[in-house]
Amino acid sequence: MIITKQKPFEEIAEELSGYDRVFLVGCSLCATACKTGGEEEVKAMKEKLEAVGKTVTGTVVLDPVCNLQKSRRDLRKFSQEISQSDAVLCMACGNGLQTLAEILEDLPIFPANDTLFLGEIKRFGVFEERCIQCGKCLLTSGVGLCPISRCPKGMVNGPCGGAKDGFCEANPEMKCIWLEIYEKLKKMGRLDEFRKIIPPLDHSLRVKPGKYSFRRGVVNDVPSKAS
Amino acid sequence: MTYLQKLLNEGKFVITAEVGPPKGVDLTRFREIVRLLKGEIDVFNVTDGQGASMRLSSLAGCLAILSEGAEPVMQMTGRDRNRIAIQSELLGAYTLGVRNILAITGDYPTLGDNPQAKPVYDLDSVGILLAASSLMRGKDLSGNELRGEPPRFYLGATVNPNFSPLEVELIKMEKKIESGARFFQTQAVYDLKVAEDFSKAVSDFNVKILFGIIPLRSLKSAKFVSEVIPGVKVPREILYRLEIAPDPKLEGLRISAEFIKKIREYGLAHGVHIMAIGAEKSIPVLLDML
Repeated sequence: MIITKQKPFEEIAEELSGYDRVFLVGCSLCATACKTGGEEEVKAMKEKLEAVGKTVTGTVVLDPVCNLQKSRRDLRKFSQEISQSDAVLCMACGNGLQTLAEILEDLPIFPANDTLFLGEIKRFGVFEERCIQCGKCLLTSGVGLCPISRCPKGMVNGPCGGAKDGFCEANPEMKCIWLEIYEKLKKMGRLDEFRKIIPPLDHSLRVKPGKYSFRRGVVNDVPSKAS
Repeated sequence: MTYLQKLLNEGKFVITAEVGPPKGVDLTRFREIVRLLKGEIDVFNVTDGQGASMRLSSLAGCLAILSEGAEPVMQMTGRDRNRIAIQSELLGAYTLGVRNILAITGDYPTLGDNPQAKPVYDLDSVGILLAASSLMRGKDLSGNELRGEPPRFYLGATVNPNFSPLEVELIKMEKKIESGARFFQTQAVYDLKVAEDFSKAVSDFNVKILFGIIPLRSLKSAKFVSEVIPGVKVPREILYRLEIAPDPKLEGLRISAEFIKKIREYGLAHGVHIMAIGAEKSIPVLLDML
């Protein structure tokens, strides 16, 4: 799930200053779950924009925005509303925004949300990052706790010197993930896994922007010149 | 062989001290401290943006120490550089005469004075040691050959004897040894029991240990140290002594001196590493008490 957070309305209004006729786009998946771009939020945004004197030319919640061909098709039904608009306000993630930009080439498109991370829904309204998409899943010794995404320093060989009373140096409210890994391995009787030296990550496996196709595989997987 | 390595191998009780480069380019005070301590201690550790605060580079500080006729240990963190910069700086430091390297992961940027900085951490402390060891074998971290004679570093790392559970720290220490660390400078220790337990736990490791000493200046500084250093507990007896002492600063130095003497007498370590954190000029007073 892509976790988003709505920008303060003042910021959105500031972005849209000079654009009077706005078309709103929400998203049925992640942004709906995050309460940043579902039917309800799009409706509320419409009212807020109208309250500050904007004309909302139309609204749609795409299913989902990031599916390029499908969104292109679905937006055709709104071609009249869109043609009457000065700008689009995208209530999806940063990815959805760029999908829209690819479809609606000539219109300025503004983000209503800040895209935070790829995360898990802990419970209603609570989200936590669980993956930074580094390009190659570490075999985390079967403990299922990834230090690349869950340690601020991305330590691969154990905790840093900053873990205090079991809590993280950078984020004192969070338990050190390496201590959790240690405890879990110890409980499983597999502490030898912790003794293995993990070499530095291979960042050539993940060159931005990511590109992958079933047919060609990972397209930006730069072959390493080094042996 | 570096002077530090030679002294440790000869079995001398080694005293190292930490000096932090200035925030700026005026090295006057830095050089004053080095001149003052030069005859008193064995080698100087130069911090690398300690506490994630932006300072003159560790390498420049090391050169100032060399020019004063003393030997430095260059601290190298993974916080601000990727593996290309780390290896490149190691090679550069070697050509400029720096041989002792202390590998550290580095405090997180948000704890420092440029909290907006991008944290790098391409290599953790183990990774830095792997990179340096690889250079010493004539290859870079990716296996590409270096030209000419490879550098010969004396590699060190840090360990925290107060860490709980200690087993985690010991496993990590073994990884650092396997990656090339030959000497360890520890976090500050105040409790003799902690020092004894740690010393016993690492007796088979075949590396040199220098216990960290941060002289306490007051009851308040004891509290500060307990807050800053993971797991450290200043024994109640020491807190009491600082509380009732007419001159807590002098008492703090006396407490450190007594601790160092016990470490030396009981053979708990191969030396000590003094981190005076701004009070470097009081180190000679401390050493006079030994």
